[in-house]
Amino acid sequence: MRQRNLRMLVGIILVAAVATYIAIPNSPGIHLTIFGVKIDQDYPIRQGLDLQGGIQVLLEADVPAGTVVDSGSMDAALGIVESRVNALGVSEPLVQQASGNRIVVQLPGIKDPDLAVRTIGQTGLLEFIDAGAVPLSPGTVVTTTLGGPSTIGNVGATAITASGTVTATTPTSPATNTAPNQVFTTVMSGSDLKTATVGFDQTTTQPDINFVLTSSGTKKFSDYTTNNVNKFLAITMDKKVLSSPRVIQPITSGSGQITGQFTLTEAKNLVIELQYGSLPIPLKVVNSSQVGPTLGAEAVRQSILAGIIGLGIVLTFMILYYRVPGVLADLALLIYAAVTFSLFRLIPVTLTLAGIAGFILSIGMAVDANILIFERMKEEMRSGRTLHGAIDAGFDRAWTSIRDSNFSTLITCLILYWFGSTFGASIIQGFAFTLALGVIVSLFTAILVSRTFLRLVVESGRVRDPRLYGLDEVKEGAK
Amino acid sequence: MIDIVARRYLFFLISAIIIVPGLVSLVIPPGLQLGVDFTGGTLWEIKFDQPTTAAALTGVLTAHGFGDSEIQAGPNNTFLIRAKEIRPDLPIKGEITADFRSKIGSLTELSFQSVGPTVGNEVWQRSIEAIGLVSVGILFYLWWAFRKVQRSYAYGICAILALLHDAFVVLGVFSILGRIIHVEIDSLFVTALLTVIGFSVHDTIVVFDRVRENSIRHLGEPFTSIMNHSLLQTMGRSLSTSLTVIFTLSALALFGGSSTRLFALALLVGIVSGTYSSIFNASMLLVVWETGEFRRLFRRLRPAGATG
Repeated sequence: MRQRNLRMLVGIILVAAVATYIAIPNSPGIHLTIFGVKIDQDYPIRQGLDLQGGIQVLLEADVPAGTVVDSGSMDAALGIVESRVNALGVSEPLVQQASGNRIVVQLPGIKDPDLAVRTIGQTGLLEFIDAGAVPLSPGTVVTTTLGGPSTIGNVGATAITASGTVTATTPTSPATNTAPNQVFTTVMSGSDLKTATVGFDQTTTQPDINFVLTSSGTKKFSDYTTNNVNKFLAITMDKKVLSSPRVIQPITSGSGQITGQFTLTEAKNLVIELQYGSLPIPLKVVNSSQVGPTLGAEAVRQSILAGIIGLGIVLTFMILYYRVPGVLADLALLIYAAVTFSLFRLIPVTLTLAGIAGFILSIGMAVDANILIFERMKEEMRSGRTLHGAIDAGFDRAWTSIRDSNFSTLITCLILYWFGSTFGASIIQGFAFTLALGVIVSLFTAILVSRTFLRLVVESGRVRDPRLYGLDEVKEGAK
Repeated sequence: MIDIVARRYLFFLISAIIIVPGLVSLVIPPGLQLGVDFTGGTLWEIKFDQPTTAAALTGVLTAHGFGDSEIQAGPNNTFLIRAKEIRPDLPIKGEITADFRSKIGSLTELSFQSVGPTVGNEVWQRSIEAIGLVSVGILFYLWWAFRKVQRSYAYGICAILALLHDAFVVLGVFSILGRIIHVEIDSLFVTALLTVIGFSVHDTIVVFDRVRENSIRHLGEPFTSIMNHSLLQTMGRSLSTSLTVIFTLSALALFGGSSTRLFALALLVGIVSGTYSSIFNASMLLVVWETGEFRRLFRRLRPAGATG
């Protein structure tokens, strides 16, 4: 009996040591080789969007109500969005399909969230249209043979911010903001592009986009430019004119530039939009949430402070009220905190403020199992059991209560997780997960760890006075 | 030995006193201040680098068609704007920001949240569904856990009634807070409510567990005394557990950041209520049920055929 308890103790100490090592801040991680197996892991804490800043959006297919979107188009859209997100160069982004023609996108730590959202969510249809004899001013909304603005989704009636004069040539007079009733012929579209890269205009040193056409695109372009010298060719993105250069001579090389009033970032993002094709169905943002980085750091500091204070109060209370078992429960609680937190690092769990709150809540609940057991023990001792027998009886009797009550909390966590998933609220899911994890780990520490500690203390025979176990009087045979 | 059960009608009265003001506040419109999660719209928190007024912001917003937005001024030139939905993927957001910069001055965006109307509706629906699901799930679980007891559904129903009591206490408190200091409820509040429900049952089960055990041990004794014993035996434990959770939550509410403060408060109110309802509501309801007092109450209200 004693042997087994001692072995358990050794096991517990090992687990506690490893857990603490992993859990402490700035943990160096595990880098070693055992029997030829190399373990080279760092265990950083994954911070949620509300901690490190970033944006989360819920994109939805922007089609008239009741239209059925086939899963093929949705999958294609998901793929394109994913490629664009990866091209943005964000670490640990998330792109996931959600129910109801929706896509969840998370971009932690992104510098310009609004631009990023536009880059990934916009349809990205590039068109070269025949503008005829009059150039179109940038920002004009047009309808082309490939469709009008409504096919792009909600383009919005206001002009784009990239305003300015037509760059390549001097126009006579710019056209009005929208060119109604006129359907422009689309000569080429983005699908005729082979590559698109960011470059700099030789003369103006402004950022522009260099493109190379596919062989069929080269032919179309060469045919058009040959037949339309001195006419204007407008380049539009999502039905909005970017620029309206004049065709000076036939272009047979199959390459060219797109100029406009872009900043370098805007040019880069335009290239991202072009690179992976245009979206087969337009998307719109139905839910978005972005947090700047400054809020998060302060909130973490405060949460950690709150957690430590809360933990301190609970530890003190347990000692005062339950004395010796209280001290043991406190040790078990500290081990619980270390193990749970190291699991956060190992899995890894993305930590949000709500998740931290869940963790702090679970610390308060973790002692619950211990309290149940101790109260039972006190009862058993009052009714005459020996100390040793009281421990076993206490654990056995309390188990059904512990199991049933924690189970209801787990059911709640399950439903909370589902609740959050329906509208992409990862914060709620994070809370549910951390709480559930905390409950499960607390079950283990209460049963295994507390029991081993108690048994060892009792077996050592040194601590016998029932008053040290929280009983007020010494009973007959309670030794 | 204290006879708690004998005073059960007193405890029903106390519960009523606690819950009625909240219910009244809930019923009179607007019962609850709904956040953008439910109504749709935009919450925008901006910090300007120089002092400015809400009126200046309103000016800019009106020029873009958002003149009816609410603006709350905070410390350090921080402003919280609540407006109709401003979609971040459309140019409008960039335009408003540019106008803020040119007309007022440099700024830092602290947070931005925008919810479309469909999603707002959905959150509302899903919240109700989730609450319903949790209640049903728990009812089934209790029915199964207590299946060996006679009339186990009684346990389940009394637990659910206590749980509803807790939910309404929390809702009532936040309804009143909404009136006084304009506190809004959002999806995180629903999360707190669901957690409270889970915890309330957690607590109630421990009491009922003991009742079940004592029913077998003290077969033949009147139910009122079985319940009394059970309550006295489990009270120490119930209070202790709730106390530890209340400690950690209070620390969170007082020292944690402002974003989790309301969340922690909702949980706190709910758990205090949950502890009270496990001991003084769920159990008393079960007594009233099991002893048939419920039926006798109704019989007394009907003059004919009253047996007293």
